[in-house]
Amino acid sequence: MEYVLMIVAGVFVNNIVLNRFLGICPFLGVSNKLENAIGMSAAVVFVMTLATSVTYLVYKYVLEPNGLGFMQTITYILVIAALVQVVEIILKKTSPALYQALGVYLPLITTNCAILAVAILVVQKNYNLVQSIVYAIATSLGFGFALIVFTGIREQLDLCNIPKGMKGVPLSLLTAGLLSLAFMGFAGIVK
Amino acid sequence: MNKFFDNLTKGILKENPTFITILGMCPTLGVTTLAANGIGMGLATTFVLIMSNVFIAILKNLIPDKVRIPAYIVIIATFVTIVDLVIAGYFPALYAQLGIFIPLIVVNCIILGRAEAYAAKNNVLDSLIDGVSMGAGLTLALTLIGAIREVLGTGAIFGHKLIASDAILIFVLPPGAFIVLAYVIALVNKINKAIYKG
Repeated sequence: MEYVLMIVAGVFVNNIVLNRFLGICPFLGVSNKLENAIGMSAAVVFVMTLATSVTYLVYKYVLEPNGLGFMQTITYILVIAALVQVVEIILKKTSPALYQALGVYLPLITTNCAILAVAILVVQKNYNLVQSIVYAIATSLGFGFALIVFTGIREQLDLCNIPKGMKGVPLSLLTAGLLSLAFMGFAGIVK
Repeated sequence: MNKFFDNLTKGILKENPTFITILGMCPTLGVTTLAANGIGMGLATTFVLIMSNVFIAILKNLIPDKVRIPAYIVIIATFVTIVDLVIAGYFPALYAQLGIFIPLIVVNCIILGRAEAYAAKNNVLDSLIDGVSMGAGLTLALTLIGAIREVLGTGAIFGHKLIASDAILIFVLPPGAFIVLAYVIALVNKINKAIYKG
């Protein structure tokens, strides 16, 4: 039950994009086509879960016992960058189909601040390994959900006649604002 | 001299990292509930931006081209760690407000963007000025958004109450961030078009 609640909280209540403003760059960048949004979401779920587990183990068994907690930021960003590279190489060799689907999104993920944020948050929240993994899955599903809904709305908006000054980024942000307002309706469902 | 002046002022309006190139959106939206937070975040990012620009400009000939991005990230992460520890040590209240966004300066695309687009191609002095200029633009942008949200959302500015009654709470909540930024960007585009026509 605890894990189910964590997933509900991650997807709806504390949505990482609309409530905590993490991962806005890919949110605005790849939300032009539904196909791209789904690819990006899948890649984020995959990498975030993997990165959180690995960085958690690195923190618990390398950094913390040696009193190197202050090296967290540098270590994490390097681990994530290396991990993304390794995943890319492995996918290319073993699963060309999956690589084709996720390949172009992988390099972009290194600079997705949501990945680094979740890796740091699970340490701050004192989660154990299982909780960390569930939290990463929940958060990344929330990212995917927001991204896919947002893309659907943007595809419709392309067909509308809008004021010239609002075209492009301002309209996207305004849409995100209204979407965020809608998500506020979930506030308080899960603590 | 004119070129120098252009380099120093381009970050304010013409190439403002927040409003024109739309980089580093996460802290822009995340920490700007109060004007003071905007300044704090802006200055922290500016420090990292200036230092990483200078160091990358110094080291650019020593760093092999193939591993330049990881090398840049390590340089940036080093300065972010310094900022993180300094703020935690000397400004605990600000540290609590900015929270997770301080370590996340490392993935702020403005910094890596300037490193790759400017510091890797220019000399140390120009890169330093570029860092100052972009940092100033960023700090102004964050402060402006913070101030608008604080006035509309709490009826105060830098903590000084302007109106006694309740304000429009939604502007300090997440949706307000997106909405304020949307209108400010539309306005800045309009101003820019008027100033730098053609």
